[in-house]
Amino acid sequence: MADTHAHSVAFARKTQIPPSPPPASETGVIKWLRQNLFATPANSALTLVAIWAIYSILAGTVPWLLNGVWSTASLSECRDALQGEVGACFSVLSERWNQLLYGFKYPSDQYWRPNLAFLLLFFAAAPVLFFDLPRKLLIFTGLYPFIAFWLIWGGSILVPIVALLGFVAGFVVFDRYGKQSFATGFFGAIVAAFVIWTLGGIVIPDTASENAMLSQVPSRDLGGFMLNLMLGVTCVSLSLPLGIVLALGRQSDMPLIKGICVIFIEFIRGVPLITLLFVASVMLAYFFPPDSTVDLFLRVVIMITMFSSAYIAEVIRGGLAALPRGQYEAADSLGLDYPQAMRLIILPQALKISIPGIVNVAVGLFKDTTLVSVISMFDLVGMIRGPILASTEWNGVYWELFSFAAMLFFIVCYGISKYSQWLERRLATDHR
Amino acid sequence: MKVSDEIAITITKMNKWFGTFHVLRDIDLTVNRGERIVICGPSGSGKSTLIRCINALEEHQQGTIEVDGTVLSSDLKNIDRIRSEVGMCFQHFNLFPHLTILENCTLAPIWVRKTPKKEAEETAMHFLEKVKIPDQANKYPGQLSGGQQQRVAIARSLCMRPRIMLFDEPTSALDPEMIKEVLDTMIELAQEGMTMICVTHEMGFARQVANRVIFMDAGQIVEQNEPEEFFNNPKSDRTKLFLSQILGH
Repeated sequence: MADTHAHSVAFARKTQIPPSPPPASETGVIKWLRQNLFATPANSALTLVAIWAIYSILAGTVPWLLNGVWSTASLSECRDALQGEVGACFSVLSERWNQLLYGFKYPSDQYWRPNLAFLLLFFAAAPVLFFDLPRKLLIFTGLYPFIAFWLIWGGSILVPIVALLGFVAGFVVFDRYGKQSFATGFFGAIVAAFVIWTLGGIVIPDTASENAMLSQVPSRDLGGFMLNLMLGVTCVSLSLPLGIVLALGRQSDMPLIKGICVIFIEFIRGVPLITLLFVASVMLAYFFPPDSTVDLFLRVVIMITMFSSAYIAEVIRGGLAALPRGQYEAADSLGLDYPQAMRLIILPQALKISIPGIVNVAVGLFKDTTLVSVISMFDLVGMIRGPILASTEWNGVYWELFSFAAMLFFIVCYGISKYSQWLERRLATDHR
Repeated sequence: MKVSDEIAITITKMNKWFGTFHVLRDIDLTVNRGERIVICGPSGSGKSTLIRCINALEEHQQGTIEVDGTVLSSDLKNIDRIRSEVGMCFQHFNLFPHLTILENCTLAPIWVRKTPKKEAEETAMHFLEKVKIPDQANKYPGQLSGGQQQRVAIARSLCMRPRIMLFDEPTSALDPEMIKEVLDTMIELAQEGMTMICVTHEMGFARQVANRVIFMDAGQIVEQNEPEEFFNNPKSDRTKLFLSQILGH
């Protein structure tokens, strides 16, 4: 006892206690079961209820899925084939497969074109999503929108080439003059691009599209899940940069720029998307010159992009606000100018903080592309509600069709979510 | 440690307000090249604000500040040029957490000075060796201790080859064991003849390296003198009170 007492008064440790494994009773399957499923009587009861609930759900769905019929031509044939037993009429999916994916007007001998564009999308997106890949691959990403446009819409190859040249000219002008004065470079670039596009419009003969290599497909012939993907990909990739610009503009010291951004964001956020879509489909035509026909697809893209960029701007503003002021000051004190400080210091950190919010908006945007069915565009949901359910063969097949639509959307959205989780882990530099 | 006659910074009749609050009042200060100045004073006395005005992190409303022969104006190019000549270390280090130590050090030389990457990396390694942490070059700031982070911050400033270094309470956020390693780095820098202005409460450091100690209170320079005189024979009552309080324990 005297020894212990002596320890508690003056004590100097001479040896370190080595780490040891936890007691054996703290590991193993039985331990896990007891701890998580049968810890208390109430816990055990809940476990049993949960097992019963899972069983009844599976008992209902599994026979329906397994007993599904895949090869009948109509609902009545399918019901005959099932002979009163429980089973799904998946044959609606196999019979209307192309309509669900491409809409009902896209020329069926040209399906390879959207397929190829879809395949190339992965190559174009890869260097953006996985930045460990060589940066040179971004050249293809830059070209992809023009390639995809040409593949899906077809027509004269000169159209995407002139569009591309316009962007190149704008970039060259900005690169040359933007260093001296941002305003000169910026507006010079816009003028240069428009000059090229106007010249291109004059040079390309009107008949160029008629006997082009790829036959022309008008926008109203696009449909099915392809249309959702096209709207989703285009609008997400356009609204992210626009959202960044709006968020930075909202923080600007210049009252005019700040005012424009605040009004834009607040106005767009205060209006339902469906209203904007009706504006796009019906009212926007009044604002354009009578003879100009701005494509419905383009009008919808503009509206959805504006809508989601306002949300993304607010999400990014949150990220910007979360950065300590010291980061701005450190960047300033090193002599970095505003664009450098933003690009190298502020945005990489602010965007990292904003990832969950941006993904939230992106997932929401992708699902909201189904709203275009309301303005009679035949996207996946539009196809199901319109041509398929209205047909005499498949009138009344709801579960199979809408489960299929849900599954397609879930796959894409879950993929986006998984990617964002990976990205957050990849970018975590605080405690590695 | 000699001080040249060449003038590095001249501040004349400088006044600054935060809203209606008069933070800095009629500041007059001349710093020669190679001079090492320690600014002390109670919190809220405007010490930090003063040195933050020198590289235009804060805007002053009256008077002139001339750094290296350039008068600070609101012209952005002018400000960026002065900032690239004047290094600054902050109380909370303000390293860029998304970049490695090496990238922190090479970023400004590459983007502001347009130094080739390889050369910038060599310079960075040179200064990281100087602050004695070359082996941490590929880690991220979050993995380093406070003292190490502050030394990286010093190296990051030095990579721009500044002619003047400003230190804004560089050791206030550190625990005692780390304060020494940072002060040692600063002393070494002083011995090489760097022009330095330090806001600090490390009086031992002030005695050892400063040519001049400035005491500020309520936005004014109350007293300035050589360290020996300043500590042993302060003139104003306010200085005496301050010194008795910080040296008393």
